[in-house]
Parts: sequence; C-alpha cells; structure tokens
Amino acid sequence: MGEAAMKTLIKKGAEASLYLADWHGKRVVIKARLPKSYRPKQLDQTIRRYRTVHEPQLMHEAKRAGVATPTVFLVDVENGEITMEYIQGKQIKQLLDAASPTERCRLCVEVGGLIGALHSHGLVHGDLTTSNMILTDEGRIFFVDFGLGDRSGELEAQGVDLHLFRRALQSTHFQVADECFHAVLKGYGAARGADAAAAVLEKIREIEKRGRYVAERQQEA
Amino acid sequence: MTINQKNQQFCLGIESTADDFSVGIADFNGEILANTSSAYIPETGGIHPREAARHHAQAAPAVLQEALTQAKIKPADLTAIAFAQGPGLGPCLRTGATVARALASYIDKPLVGVNHSVAHIEIGKLQTHAKDPLTLYASGGNTMVTAYASGRYRVFGETLDIALGNCLDVFAREAGLKHKKGLPLGAAVEQLAAKGKQLVPLPYVVKGMDLSLSGLLTAASTALQKGAFSLEDVCFSLQENAFSMVTEVTERALAHTEKREVLLTGGVAANKRLQAMLASIAAEHDANFTVVPQQYATDNGAMIAWTGVLAYTYGLTVPVAESFVKLRWRVDKVDVPWVKQP
Repeated sequence: MGEAAMKTLIKKGAEASLYLADWHGKRVVIKARLPKSYRPKQLDQTIRRYRTVHEPQLMHEAKRAGVATPTVFLVDVENGEITMEYIQGKQIKQLLDAASPTERCRLCVEVGGLIGALHSHGLVHGDLTTSNMILTDEGRIFFVDFGLGDRSGELEAQGVDLHLFRRALQSTHFQVADECFHAVLKGYGAARGADAAAAVLEKIREIEKRGRYVAERQQEA
Repeated sequence: MTINQKNQQFCLGIESTADDFSVGIADFNGEILANTSSAYIPETGGIHPREAARHHAQAAPAVLQEALTQAKIKPADLTAIAFAQGPGLGPCLRTGATVARALASYIDKPLVGVNHSVAHIEIGKLQTHAKDPLTLYASGGNTMVTAYASGRYRVFGETLDIALGNCLDVFAREAGLKHKKGLPLGAAVEQLAAKGKQLVPLPYVVKGMDLSLSGLLTAASTALQKGAFSLEDVCFSLQENAFSMVTEVTERALAHTEKREVLLTGGVAANKRLQAMLASIAAEHDANFTVVPQQYATDNGAMIAWTGVLAYTYGLTVPVAESFVKLRWRVDKVDVPWVKQP
C-alpha cells in the first residue's frame, strides 16, 4: 500500500489541505498546497512555489529564535507539499474563551513573548491567529503555518504582524480580545525590551489609523 | 402571511454616503416598493465631497418624489424614516441626514439611523435568501469580509489601505478612462481586462486575512506609464491580482468560520470575473454562492429602507437631536439584534 492510501484529511484550509499520514513509522502532517483554479496558472504557480519554499525555511529559523515549530522532514516543491512532524495538542483558539482569566492571561503573555522572540530574530509570522498556535500536553506552545511569513526586521512588518493578531482576537475572541491583547503586549515587551516594544506599539497605532473606518481617527478630527 | 392593506407598514430609506443620492421604500415584509437615485458624476478626478453634497441637495426633492410615486404612497403612510448615518463622506452624509430629519419632523414619524455597511449585507440577504452568509462587501469605499457572530457582524478580513473599487477607479482615471453614465470606471476596466492576455508581474499582498492594494495600484500605473504593456494587459493583470487576493482572504475566512454560504455585495459585485472566482472557492468548500442583484449592488436607498425596517422592529430609533452622522462607523460596532444565531 502506498503512502497516499494512508493519508487522511484532517483540515481543508484556505490555501492548503492538511493530511495525517504515516511516514516511515512516524506520524506526520502533510501540508499540500493544491492548485487554485480561480487564479491564472502562472500566478498560482508563483505563489504556491514561493510559499512552499519559504515556509520550511522560516519554521527552521523560528526554532533558532526559541519558538517551537514542527520539524520539517520533506519538501516537495513541484507538488507544493511539506511533510512535517505531527504536534499533539490543542489549538489556542479552542482554549482561550473557556480558560480561567489567570490561565488566559498566562497563555497570552507567553504567546506575546514568542512573537517578541520571532521579531527580535528578524522574522514575522504573517498570519498570527489563535488557530496557528498549538498548546501541547506538555505545556509547550508551537507556532504553525508560516506560509505568509517573511524575513524582515522592519518596524512596519512587525507592527502589521501584531495588528493582525489583535484583529484575529477581535473577530474570534471578541469577549476577551482586549484583555488578551494587553497580556500579549506584556509578554512582547518583556521579550523585546521596553524601547523596542514601545516603538512597535506606536507603529500599530499608526497602521490602525490607515484603515478605512477607525474610531481613533475620529477623535483627532 | 397576508397583510391587510390598512395595516401595511412602510419605511423610507435615504442613502447619501458618497456619490449617489438614493431613496428606497420597503414594506415591513421585505417587499421593495421603490428604489431610485441620482448619481453625482465628477467632470474630472474622484468624488469631491462638497460638490457631491451640493448635487445631493439639488437632487433630493425630485428623487424623494419619484420614490413616493413608484411606491404609490403618501408621506403620511410611512411608519419610519431611515437614513445612512455612516460611514461615508461628511458633507454627503449630512445632506442625507438633513433631508431625513426634515421629513421625519414634518410627518412626525421616528427616525432610524442605519449603518451603510450593515445595509449592504442586509439587502444582500433579503434578495438572495442567504441566511447566515460569509459576506464579501467590496465597493469604492469598502472591502471587507464579514460574518455574523454573537450579536454583530464581525470583520474577519479587510483592506489595510484602499478599497477594491477605489483601486480600480483610480487606475482607470490614471489610464485616461472617463466615467460615463451607465458605464462606471470599474466596468470599463472589466471590459478592457477581458481582452487582456499577458500577465504583467504585479505585487500580490495578502497579510493574514487582510490585504493591501495601494502598492498594486502604484505598480499597475507605473507598468502602464512605462509603455511596455498594453492597457488591456495591465487591466487584466490588475484585476487578476486584486481579485485573487480578495478571493484568497475570503477563502481563508470561509475555512475559518465554516459558514455554508458566501454572499457578494457592494458595487464591485457586478464584476463577472470576481463572481467567477468567488463561485469557485465557494464550490470547493461546499458553500452556496450568491450575488446581490445589480440594482442593489451599488449604493441604494432600498437597502437603507429595509435595514430601517429591521432596526425599527427592534425599537432602534434615534431622536433628531441625537442623530449625528458617524463618518467612521465600523460595521463591527453595530448591534444587529434582528439577526438570529443559526
């Protein structure tokens, strides 16, 4: 029986499908970026290829920054497939709303610290959501899905990264979004130092004012 | 349910957030009895807020009269007056609000302040019978992916800078295209794009569920100025890149929210290429895809009237003295108690 027959679809995401599979006796996840028929072939190939090549590199570099990510075993650029370690645990998304305020704060401070570590090492995740963070049974937080990530030490990129995370909290964890983001910034500040954190925070304010309809801007007007 | 003619209730809605002054009339069962508008078309450049407001003030009496004639009712038959309270251009919003306040005071009926973005979603749901859709609302002023959760429409993705319609319009003007009556700039770009063949390399900027279009606009304009590519090819490439980005973030939001319906609304909804792309991702996720009909895609009074009915039914009226316009009234700041969690 070939490997393909052993694959079970665990998540059909937007840009990739995740399969659980057995790979030489190891439990692995195969992330397959399937062609998107809605966009022109040329554009589709460019995007899929770029992301398939960059994601494993960024996952590897994140480890150097002290951020846990699944180990990559195999990259198949032609087919847009990445074979990586399966992480047993729960998405932070599933835990956050039900957690006690203390536990929630602790998780968010830790997440903020990990984001800070990425940024300090010149990496941005590009798609920070609570679905892309997994808490293992041993209590370690893994970051996954670096497909939209980038190597950048720019304040702008870091600001957008955190702004997107705030927006993800607001849309998915609307009851606790503010306290969560506050805790994230606390952890971020501890990881990066007060000056760097203040500069990013200032950048986030600027980015948010660029948006179409923002109450903060109304106060100035 | 049949309603006795005597008991039939009507809401009149006034839309004036940008370049259209429009009046619609809806009955409380969701029947649209009138929808009429007058568009401000600038001689050159984009919308000048003050000039647009001047146009609205001049057009208001005739448009109002036309709506009442279409609906075959008298002002005294109205139950409530709704108006787009925001978001939008200040002078334009204030003109519509003034008309609404005057009418409400004159016939002594309650005033309902409606959020323009919520109205685009509600008219889409009414017309397509979508129950709980993931909505892509794309127009000249807005580009957002929203879905209902716990009392409000939440914003899952949106543009970090300019709106999709704005991106296409500004490019069209840079390319020397003119806004003609019956052929908006976006439609002109769509026609040219259909003749394009070669894909010009342009930026593709997706950040999480958000996107950025300003760099794409600049790059497309520059590509055209350099003269190495035909206008048709640049239009084609601009559309392909911009729509692919919007489609990708919509698909992300669809995978995230796991909604079973995708609704396309707003002025850019008329674009066939965008429709085809969204239909493709909806099918891939076993979701039903619907598009708001053309006459309710662009800004229109009917959507304000219908949302006014919904809000009025839940007692959401506003005293004239407190009916200030809200220029930056985000969709996720509005309670929508009439929407039921499925």
